[in-house]
Amino acid sequence: MSSSNWLYTDIVKEHFINPRNVLENEETYKEDGKGIVGNIKCGDQMMIVIKVKDDIIVDCKWKTYGCASAIASTSMLSEVVKGMTLEQAYHISPKDITERLGGLPEHKIHCSVLGDKALRAAINNYYKRTGQEHRIGKEEVRIICQCMNVTDKDIDEAVKNGARTFDELQFRTKISTVCGQCRGDAEEYLHQSIHLYGDG
Amino acid sequence: MENKRIYLDHNATTPLHPEVEKELQDCFKIFGNPSSMHTFGRQAREKIEKVRHETASLVNAEADEIIFMGSGSEANNTVLNLLHCRGNLCRGIAFSRSSLITTSIEHPCIMNASRCLTQHSIKTIFLKVDEYGKVDLEELESVISDKTGIVSVMLANNEIGTIQDIKTITRIAHEHGALMHTDAVQAVGKIPVDVRDLDIDFLTFSAHKFYGPKGIGVLYVKKGTPYCPFIHGGHQETGRRAGTENTLGIIGLGKAVEMAKQEMDDIEKRVFFLKEKFKAGILERIPDVRLNGHPSDSLPQTLNVSFFGAEGESILLYLDMEGIAVSTGSACASGSLDPSHVLLATGLGAELAHGSIRFSFGRGNTEADVDYVLDKLPRVIERIRGMSTVYKGGRK
Repeated sequence: MSSSNWLYTDIVKEHFINPRNVLENEETYKEDGKGIVGNIKCGDQMMIVIKVKDDIIVDCKWKTYGCASAIASTSMLSEVVKGMTLEQAYHISPKDITERLGGLPEHKIHCSVLGDKALRAAINNYYKRTGQEHRIGKEEVRIICQCMNVTDKDIDEAVKNGARTFDELQFRTKISTVCGQCRGDAEEYLHQSIHLYGDG
Repeated sequence: MENKRIYLDHNATTPLHPEVEKELQDCFKIFGNPSSMHTFGRQAREKIEKVRHETASLVNAEADEIIFMGSGSEANNTVLNLLHCRGNLCRGIAFSRSSLITTSIEHPCIMNASRCLTQHSIKTIFLKVDEYGKVDLEELESVISDKTGIVSVMLANNEIGTIQDIKTITRIAHEHGALMHTDAVQAVGKIPVDVRDLDIDFLTFSAHKFYGPKGIGVLYVKKGTPYCPFIHGGHQETGRRAGTENTLGIIGLGKAVEMAKQEMDDIEKRVFFLKEKFKAGILERIPDVRLNGHPSDSLPQTLNVSFFGAEGESILLYLDMEGIAVSTGSACASGSLDPSHVLLATGLGAELAHGSIRFSFGRGNTEADVDYVLDKLPRVIERIRGMSTVYKGGRK
């Protein structure tokens, strides 16, 4: 088949066909840190394990229950983080990965947001295992609604408490009730948040 | 290696029957507006009316009970629109009866049109289904009332193939004075459908599901049933659906109907044989699968299977690379966050719904196709399960 009519870019397709660093021997693999995020109800779950030497990630393996974009973006992520310091790896964003993949279809971006979260969970897990709890990163807080000072964490909280639609989110947080400019961002983040926390 | 292509997605759409293709090519030059009185117009008109008779006899209707439309979705919307229409002819439905009863497994056009009706103060009740996708008749009996205007239940489900007992449902609807509609898009042209036997008031079907062209839907409206057009305009279709007729589409439908009458029984037997062979092969070669839909009251060509621990879009795309075309109930393939509403309605857990694949056979498929897919599929599933956080080699 010609690649031009594929839903995904050639890079995504290539990583989907030949995923790198899949964790094959889960029982015997001696990881230094392990992170699992996502929920099966939303259709994907991600596990990342890392080996660390002198504060540098020397190996990264993964498993996922997910679609092509989840598989490809984690495959890419696992390649990228090897050789990075924990600090560098901690700050990788889904956008970094999507760019390296040559982009993803708009409606598939939310499928690629689990990889970096699982990686941070794995790094935090490593800090915990090695008695470096003080290094465990606080997730950065992003203000979504400037007018009402509503952050991404507030949205996560609202979702954990049952908000599933924008109206419900607005009812709980008063987000986007003043100038309304943040509505697009808010809806996008809500979408993502439901993806991550929407099972409770 | 040759570039193999196996199409197992006939419930989504079908290729044109070679005879339909030929007929269309022969008729490309017919361009007259069927409403024109001159020779050009009359030539088109004649073709259309011939198809109307042909199409009516496929479902045992009268020719003037057949309305040609742009799609099955349009036909379904036309029927539901009657509930809030304030036209002269169907006012009776709207003024005295303000509720709709349908099911939780309908095609999105019924689901979404129903939701839209709520804005017009029409109350919709979505009937539950059992684990096989069968409508709960007791629930229907308990919720139907003299406020029910229309009962709309699909004849056969597009995703899992389950066939409903429309005859009984129609009887219940009529006992309460409600009109009965069935979306028979997946059934007509594939299995025998008889509007007199069903005693149905409205029935929808579509040409492209049985080897006809896209863009042609059919609405059967029983003689004497209250009705108003959904598309307003000229007097086409005796004032029941405005818009210049899609002459070529209708001609294609006519040929597809003609071929269905000749071949339907054979195809039905053959695809059922292929499906059974395929089903047995899957159960033999792949552990931890679940068959979705009704074990016997089901479309002969439809097989819906969930693979534990494997996500549907990945399965679909790996199969596509092997030249095999299927569809999935996974959210990832639809762009929404939720997997198939049909599978969820049957009580299937979200994980299994995400891991569902629909194989739908058609007249072009052979036993060699089944063997080829049975050779590729186990490896695809094994590969995805090998990457899965969920699958541990045992049923979860």
